Amino acid sequence: MKRYLPFVIVALVALATIGSGAMLYRARRPHVLSIPENKTVSAKGDAGAPHIRGNPDAPVTLEEYGDFQCPPCGMFATFLGQLENEYDSRLRVVFRNFPLTMHEHAREAALAAEAAGLQGRFWEMHDVLYREQETWSKAPNVRELFESYAGTIGLDVDKFKKDMDGEQVKARVEADRQRGQSLGIQITPTLFINNQPLDPKDKNPEGIRAEINAALEKKSQT
Amino acid sequence: MTVSRFRTIIYIVAAIVSLAGLADATYLSVQALTGETLGCGGSPDCFRVLGSPYARIGGIPVALFGLVAYFTAFSFATFAAFGYARARIFLIPTIGAMFLGTLWLLYVQAFLLHAYCRFCLFSAATTFLLAGLVIALPAGRDRSIS
Repeated sequence: MKRYLPFVIVALVALATIGSGAMLYRARRPHVLSIPENKTVSAKGDAGAPHIRGNPDAPVTLEEYGDFQCPPCGMFATFLGQLENEYDSRLRVVFRNFPLTMHEHAREAALAAEAAGLQGRFWEMHDVLYREQETWSKAPNVRELFESYAGTIGLDVDKFKKDMDGEQVKARVEADRQRGQSLGIQITPTLFINNQPLDPKDKNPEGIRAEINAALEKKSQT
Repeated sequence: MTVSRFRTIIYIVAAIVSLAGLADATYLSVQALTGETLGCGGSPDCFRVLGSPYARIGGIPVALFGLVAYFTAFSFATFAAFGYARARIFLIPTIGAMFLGTLWLLYVQAFLLHAYCRFCLFSAATTFLLAGLVIALPAGRDRSIS
């Protein structure tokens, strides 16, 4: 009996590892919902016009829930530029704010982007915030930096400062965050392609391209 | 205490330490497979390390290799504790390879990424402990099952 005991022990540990791994996987796997029909960006009555870049009638919509202080979102922003060039008029990009509380300046950065949006320069501020992420993330006074970015992209800085403290941008950021929460979003960036959540394992250049290509093919068939 | 008994105790301790490493590697593997390490929101100190290109080899998470390595070490240590001679022979190179892999991963964290993941550091500690136990094994042969 003793001769076979190690086989039994090893087999039990293997089973326990597989079982606990599977349970943990099920528990931790994000359950992000698809964007319902009445909440798509083209739907009428959508609270707060979303920030869209690219052809408004593009067959594929990539919707991102992002946090300006999140390093993977910064990396994704660089890749996003490549994607927009590659797919050109076949892709439109939508950005929604989802500032995480773990990032000290994320909410303020979202307010800055929205304040820039009130002057029609949301995407310019979006790009600057991601490009300069490493600088302002560690800065003690981000306001000064954001104001200098506002000046750089040609905003009326006084209006920008006033808007950053205004209720309109706060409400906008909060609306995006609540919308994200209602979809079950927990991490950033979370991406949707034509309203379908992208599987986290596909959150890489090859995976994203494959999903966009699949969405394009699906559209061409309908 | 006889030398043979001392060896058996070391193998049992090595099996228990391997179990701790196995649990840690399982957790890290699950994190990698769920994509939690590819974005912010999960473990903030882990995504920098586990979301880096060094965390995958050929698209497979390094944590999965760790899981296999710890399970192998656990199996050999268990069989060795029950007197299987071949398991004793294989245990030392297995832990040696894990030790070298751990040194590389520590180098990556310290000098290339400048970030540490506490779960990876725990794994490094268990591997170092295993290496220490193997070094502490007294030389010589004892009664065994081949």
